[in-house]
Amino acid sequence: MPGELTHSLWVATLETLYMTSVATVLVVLAGLPLGVLLVLTDRGGLWERPALHRVLGTLVNVGRSVPFIILMVAIVPLTRLLVGTTIGTTAAIVPLVVAAIPFMGRVVEQGLREVDSGLVEAAIAMGSTHRRVIFRVLIPEALPSLVRGTALVVISLLGYSAMAGAVGGGGLGDLAVKYGYMRFRTDVMLGCLAVLLALVQLVQWLGDGVASRFDHTSPHSGRAHD
Amino acid sequence: MIELRGISKVYRQGGREVSALQDVSLRVDPGEVFGVLGQSGAGKSTLIRCVNLLERPTQGRVRVNGKELLSLNPDELRLARQGIGMIFQHFNLFSSQTVAANVAYPLEVAGLPREQIRARVAELLSLVGLSDKADTYPSRLSGGQKQRVGIARALAPRPRILLSDEATSSLDPETTRSVLALLRDLNRQLGLTILLITHQMEVVKAICDSVAVLEQGRLVEQGKVVELLSRPGSHLHGLCYPPFTTGESAVLRGGQRVELSLSGEHSTRPILSTLARRFDVDAHLLEGSLERVGEARVGRLLFELTGAPDAVSQALAFLREQGLTSEEAAHAW
Repeated sequence: MPGELTHSLWVATLETLYMTSVATVLVVLAGLPLGVLLVLTDRGGLWERPALHRVLGTLVNVGRSVPFIILMVAIVPLTRLLVGTTIGTTAAIVPLVVAAIPFMGRVVEQGLREVDSGLVEAAIAMGSTHRRVIFRVLIPEALPSLVRGTALVVISLLGYSAMAGAVGGGGLGDLAVKYGYMRFRTDVMLGCLAVLLALVQLVQWLGDGVASRFDHTSPHSGRAHD
Repeated sequence: MIELRGISKVYRQGGREVSALQDVSLRVDPGEVFGVLGQSGAGKSTLIRCVNLLERPTQGRVRVNGKELLSLNPDELRLARQGIGMIFQHFNLFSSQTVAANVAYPLEVAGLPREQIRARVAELLSLVGLSDKADTYPSRLSGGQKQRVGIARALAPRPRILLSDEATSSLDPETTRSVLALLRDLNRQLGLTILLITHQMEVVKAICDSVAVLEQGRLVEQGKVVELLSRPGSHLHGLCYPPFTTGESAVLRGGQRVELSLSGEHSTRPILSTLARRFDVDAHLLEGSLERVGEARVGRLLFELTGAPDAVSQALAFLREQGLTSEEAAHAW
């Protein structure tokens, strides 16, 4: 691969990292409260609001069932409103975030539901406020599965970002389509794939590592403090 | 200290109404260990959860520490709950937090300064004998150790009442005994009032002063453990002493089968040798038990009396006079 193209691969990798990391931060910031809300408002939850729960659940399902490529086109007006343009890596972040928030919401919801309801009961019996139950019990107890879930979300974002790139967003997907596919540059295509594969592996490895550090549920897991 | 009046709880399950508790009233006096005995499904869990309003009764009144809990607003209720400790069958320790952090939790809820929390946690861990486990995570502890952490956590904010939800049901007999001994000590040393629910008669006999028997959501009996155990015909007596297994065939000598209930002063008197001396009869032991319940001893005895017919009937009359035989127990074969 000529130096010029190696440089392009490097730039594309940085663009992908930029899109994915900014999107991840925003998705976590929005998905965490969404997931918490899904659990709280459910029947038997700490803040039972069945109507709100149904609305949220439906929104999440709709969001998750729209194919990313369609969603990306459908929210063009929103992207233009927020970023001022619909082309480029920054513009691509908007559909990435919109697409991944419902997914993150479900990941968080599932993680929180796995927390033993006895722990919540104990916390309530000790006079905890709901706020304390959420931040001192539910989230810390669910942390390992929240971390694993976030790794899953980041990996999907990497995939989505390649798609977003293909329609003018830049990044590895863009490079792979423009050079690898349209100009039959198999070496570029393979380069892009190799970088993506490495990124996915890295995220999974980090996710598993961080999660097991927080996991103290079995006698042999986690980091010993004693 | 705890007063439940006319508590009913109805659940709605898929359009059907299921009644978990029906008109339950009970009173736990200060400094008392009160047990609610019942099989699973009898409504014990619901009952104990009504005391700190983890479950809100459909009907009735809940008075704890002089407060009508059902009339409190959410903030007042949270404050009241800090004065009611609770321990659980499955311990319910926070797995993501160390032993010390678990015990510190209710103190944080109470808003104590950091220094005081640290001192109090150390004090509690030494009280339950786990000072060396402060920085360990609960998953590395044995069941008995976990329950001790649960007890330390429940007692951290110095509650005057402890609720125990089958706290020893998932422990082995040895550990059960040591946890019960710890609860007994805490009851005596701190004047802690304990309300416990259990399906184990041993727990009632080991530490309870009073007991209520719950069957299918209704209280069928309530009273002092020793009194109920020494009264044949009480529910508790029936549960504790099922009919003797020694059947008819065991009476081989053509004598008189006699069943005695022993309690109070009777339990310490030399009844059998008195019979032998005064009436010239022999007592052949068939089955029996005598055990300590709190400060008292209760038990029962099945034996066969042989001798001259006159002597035997005089001996029986003597036993009846002493209030020792229950009507249905002594009968001729």
